[in-house]
Amino acid sequence: MLQDKDRIFKNIYCQDDWRLAGARRRGIWDNTKALLEVGPDKIIDEIKASELRGRGGAGFPTGMKWSFMPKQSDGRPSYLVVNADESEPGTCKDREILRFDPHMLIEGCLVGGFAMRCVAAYIYIRGEFYQEAMHLQAAIDEAYDAGLIGKNASGSGYDFDVYLHRGAGAYICGEESALIESLEGKKGQPRLKPPFPAAVGLYGCPTTVNNVETIAVTPTILRRGASWFAGLGRPKNVGTKLFCVSGHVNKPCNVEEEMGIPLRELIDKHCGGVRGGWDNLLAVIPGGSSVPMLPKHICDDILMDFDSLRAVQSGLGTAAVIVMDKSTDLIEAITRFAHFYMHESCGQCTPCREGTGWMFRIMTRFVKGNADPSEIDMLLDISKQIEGHTICALGDAAAWPIQGLMRHFRPVVEERMRAFRGRQAAE
Amino acid sequence: MPKMTIDGIEIEVPAGITVLQACELAGKEIPRFCYHERLSVAGNCRMCLVEQEKAPKPIASCAMPVAEGMVIKTDSPIVQKARKGVMEFLLINHPLDCPICDQGGECDLQDQAMAFGKSFSRYQEEKRAVTDKDFGPLVKTEMTRCIQCTRCIRFATEVAGVEVLGAVSRGEHMEVTTYVEKGIASELSGNLIDLCPVGALTSKPYAFTARPWELTKTESIDVSDAVGVNVRIDSRGREVLRILPRINEDVNEEWLADKGRFWVDGLRRQRLDRPFIRENGKLRAASWAEAFDAIAARMKASEGRRMAAIAGDQVDAESLFALKELMTALGSPNIDCRQDGAQLDAGSRASYLFNSTIAGIDRADAILLVGSNPRWEAPVINARIRKRYLKGGLKVASVGAVGDLTYPVEILGAGPETLADLAKGNHSFAEALKNAKAPMIILGQGALARPDGAAILTLARKLAEAANVVRDGWNGFNVLHTAAARVAGLELGFVPQAGGRDVNGILEGAQKGEIDIVYLLAADEIDTNRLGSAFVIYQGHHGDRGAHRADVVLPGAAYTEKDGTYMNTEGRAQLGRLAIFPPGDAKADWSILRALSEVLGKKLGYDNLDQLRRKLYQAFPRFQRIGAIEPAAWGSFGGSGEATRDAFKPAVSNYYMTDPISRASATMAQCTERFVLPAAGGKTGTHG
Amino acid sequence: MSAAANTDVVQPDSFAFTPENLEKVKKIVAKYPEGRQGSAVMPLLDLAQRQHGWLPRAAMDEIARLLDMAPIRVYEVATFYTMYNLQPVGKYLIQVCRTTPCWLRGSDNLTDYLKQRLGVGMKEVTKDGLFSIMEVECLGACCNAPMVQINDDFYEDLTPETLGKVLDELAAGRKPQTGPQNGRRASMAEGGPTTLKDIPISYDISRDLTGGK
Repeated sequence: MLQDKDRIFKNIYCQDDWRLAGARRRGIWDNTKALLEVGPDKIIDEIKASELRGRGGAGFPTGMKWSFMPKQSDGRPSYLVVNADESEPGTCKDREILRFDPHMLIEGCLVGGFAMRCVAAYIYIRGEFYQEAMHLQAAIDEAYDAGLIGKNASGSGYDFDVYLHRGAGAYICGEESALIESLEGKKGQPRLKPPFPAAVGLYGCPTTVNNVETIAVTPTILRRGASWFAGLGRPKNVGTKLFCVSGHVNKPCNVEEEMGIPLRELIDKHCGGVRGGWDNLLAVIPGGSSVPMLPKHICDDILMDFDSLRAVQSGLGTAAVIVMDKSTDLIEAITRFAHFYMHESCGQCTPCREGTGWMFRIMTRFVKGNADPSEIDMLLDISKQIEGHTICALGDAAAWPIQGLMRHFRPVVEERMRAFRGRQAAE
Repeated sequence: MPKMTIDGIEIEVPAGITVLQACELAGKEIPRFCYHERLSVAGNCRMCLVEQEKAPKPIASCAMPVAEGMVIKTDSPIVQKARKGVMEFLLINHPLDCPICDQGGECDLQDQAMAFGKSFSRYQEEKRAVTDKDFGPLVKTEMTRCIQCTRCIRFATEVAGVEVLGAVSRGEHMEVTTYVEKGIASELSGNLIDLCPVGALTSKPYAFTARPWELTKTESIDVSDAVGVNVRIDSRGREVLRILPRINEDVNEEWLADKGRFWVDGLRRQRLDRPFIRENGKLRAASWAEAFDAIAARMKASEGRRMAAIAGDQVDAESLFALKELMTALGSPNIDCRQDGAQLDAGSRASYLFNSTIAGIDRADAILLVGSNPRWEAPVINARIRKRYLKGGLKVASVGAVGDLTYPVEILGAGPETLADLAKGNHSFAEALKNAKAPMIILGQGALARPDGAAILTLARKLAEAANVVRDGWNGFNVLHTAAARVAGLELGFVPQAGGRDVNGILEGAQKGEIDIVYLLAADEIDTNRLGSAFVIYQGHHGDRGAHRADVVLPGAAYTEKDGTYMNTEGRAQLGRLAIFPPGDAKADWSILRALSEVLGKKLGYDNLDQLRRKLYQAFPRFQRIGAIEPAAWGSFGGSGEATRDAFKPAVSNYYMTDPISRASATMAQCTERFVLPAAGGKTGTHG
Repeated sequence: MSAAANTDVVQPDSFAFTPENLEKVKKIVAKYPEGRQGSAVMPLLDLAQRQHGWLPRAAMDEIARLLDMAPIRVYEVATFYTMYNLQPVGKYLIQVCRTTPCWLRGSDNLTDYLKQRLGVGMKEVTKDGLFSIMEVECLGACCNAPMVQINDDFYEDLTPETLGKVLDELAAGRKPQTGPQNGRRASMAEGGPTTLKDIPISYDISRDLTGGK
């Protein structure tokens, strides 16, 4: 188990003041100037060496992403955009950084923004996070007043602005190019790629979009060294991670743990175990709504990191662990997700716009059992018609939970149909 | 030039094109709904997915730029599956109402469903219904059929330059709308119908009129303005049912403005279908022989110098030629094709042509409008200016007030004195023209159709020379005409002959009794009150102003009912073709003139159109070079005299009603009601 | 959704920002680079909604004018995002999270309770104008499920009983404490943390949680 001294996030439960005074007590803004003095390229090298992978779901190597940004401006400014649109069902980790340790994020913005030679950071926070936005704005104001950001940020000689932008209710804005569109004042519809944001992003300028947690950990990595971070976890799956455990556990919570912690240990040590005991476990969705669920027998010994979960045809995603005990109607649980994706589809491209609603309606019949077992294959076929055929990954995300359900619990679905037919015959 | 492999074929393609375009170069057809060559790439329909080797998933070929070494498959199982999937998704919520859908038979969705779809539906859930929207009198909506390709939104925003269409809500509730029922206030709105790949947007006036396979298609030329838009006239029996644009990159790309598309009903109404003679103050139906005899009798009592002829704005070159020959034979020098009184100089081609050419707009980097509102005088040309503007680096300024042209325009002044300042170099925009790589001056009829028009033409020439607008390989001096017949008229000299009178002179003469006979060849845009007691012969197709004043009416043919040559504002000769026969006793105009000439004892020397054209080509060879344009030599032109200080007034005061056909059209009247009257505070002249 | 087609709503003829809000408009627009004032459309729609109680079309038109945008572009934005209420809502808009993590922990009970207590359906306003309810997708407080958002504030770890108390407070014109309603601290495990145990609790979290705005 990770020791407290290796925890990066020391205030996710707000034991201490989230404002500047408290932040300083926790070592945030501690000679940030010195972090910058090594220069942009050294910072990027250090982040590369730390093997940090993006904490927003896709797990792309952060240092490499940063290195895509132009080292020389062609006249256009570069931007850092922070994705604080945390909306993946099951996920509520960035929220704790935003409201209880906002200075970690702001310091990270300066460090990352400086490394990528950005003129400013825009933090796009989901609209529903009102309290979080108020705290973050207050922290930004404090940081300006203290000279930590703005002109000659932290005495570095570098000018850097941080702005907060509130969303207004759209999951799709968590997709980086949709987020950029939204930030530009448009509907949050993902852009076609290429061009990628590093070439043409916000306002047509080079842009990197990073998750809150990703940005917030970077100052600590620089302070404690890449090797410290890379020494935690397993190869290519390193560092610490904020896990959000929800659903049928005795004590749901957010907790920072070492990457690669066994799922069972995570649940048993931090969440008071599965409701009714481990044997009462039915399935776990290990990385937010978009990743396929795992049945208990896989959960018994699975490790919580990118590659372990990929090996079992799921994913770490946002590390949002949704636990479902044996009382759960899994078909309904997934139907709720199907509804979610239908509701959150931007409507731009055909397979997602038309397919998510279709899948939801079929699933709704499946909940009742009002379908023929052959329709399971049809549904899977429809999900495959969406997957990989859309502009952004929302189509894939809509397909996977259903595929995961059928992969592991098809007999349950078929049994529901048999029971329905039985009831019908009896009537 | 990247090399790539498409379905096993190695091909070198221009850098910067898309995979879809490369596939087309390789002869592979890629199905698509949202992609359109002239619109920005949306990439949303997903029909054009192809397989790219080493890519994890199929790519949208419309949006993917080509790259060296790409290996593309356009017909692999992955591609076929993707297409089938997209087709199925598009159809699940699409109504199966093809039998009552006007798009039926020319529907991309229908065609592609046949080619790429499944023969059955797996969809058992309820279909979506979408409320229809009010897009105005021209575009009918059936939004349940919409497949959200957003072509219409992109067209309105990008090409038409009216940002009124959008897609509101999201996901499966996404709807194309104007949100508040506003109608599409654009002169190009009909193109939305052509662009819509399904039956969501169809022609309102044409609704439920015909099936495409019932129609006879005739390639012709639009005469609603002087652009010479290439059109296809769709007819059934003796009726023109609709008019669509054809592609001509040099002229109209693939757009047609609303007047030339939707004035179809005007071709059926108020038609002159037999000769009339005025007796006791009233017109009565007559035979051709009676009509001709009446004319012959009146002419016998007069002499050539006391006769005159005015040609209208939509007359074909052949008829102009025949009438000119007839008037010459009668000894009359009093002929004019400039019924609006425009002081155009027929002596110098460069003085009356759109010398830069329409396609030349694509190169322009500074444009000065002088007394011209291209949005209403030539919407397709205006769209081309907008297209150029969107590319960046174009400055547009105007002398004379213009409304919203869909691109920013700096208004430099109101009238001739500003033009004079520019010509003297006393204005910064003169410098802008001088420094531009391809400067253009666009001189409109609003600057020329006024008593001091000749002086203004001179000022414009001086400016062109001072600002070096005419240079090696580039002639930036342009006249934008509004009349389809005008350039042909100037080309073949349908202007006062030695000692002859122009339009104003003819009307003055008529008022004073110095002109006995006025021959109006489909000329309706003159002040008929000024015809005094002259004997008026009106030859034309509509019972409009000219016919109302006439003593003898000779029923001619509208442009859809005859073969004829038109020369557009660039001086490009193009062929209009007969799509249907003229109504009743009406005849092609040249043949009326030929028949009359015989009665008058001045028999014209041709018995059929071919013979006439041979004579025409002999005298004016440019009419023979169909489709071509010939650069005009620069020289001195214009008239003397002082320009007044009067502000330029627009040549067109209501786009939708400018001529006998559009004035007869109920559809155009509805457009006036909907789009023009509200903007004009409820009042406007209906005369353009 | 499909608000575009909602013609039942009585729309005001005009909308104007208050002088104080106009000052805010200026500050918001200044956050974005010159010529990129379109970025301000979402914050301005939010501001207008806060001023008016819901978002009428006249406000969208006014914002289009202020930002030099085509009105249709503003309509697109206003109908795309779920937080813009295009029809009147109660003084307290209760949004119940319905997505799986909340559902697993009993969000349906909350919805049923609200419907029964308030006697209204989804998106309807109670006769006294005080409450309206809506089911929404994941609000991002899954470790504190089930939860609702009332106006700007989250109420978490709810049961119908504790939700009832929150409503009682609101109905009485008081401001209930926001956040977890079972006495737990934020998303710390109930009964005390398993990590960061040595850090003393020195911060009074209720400072931030009470009262919302």
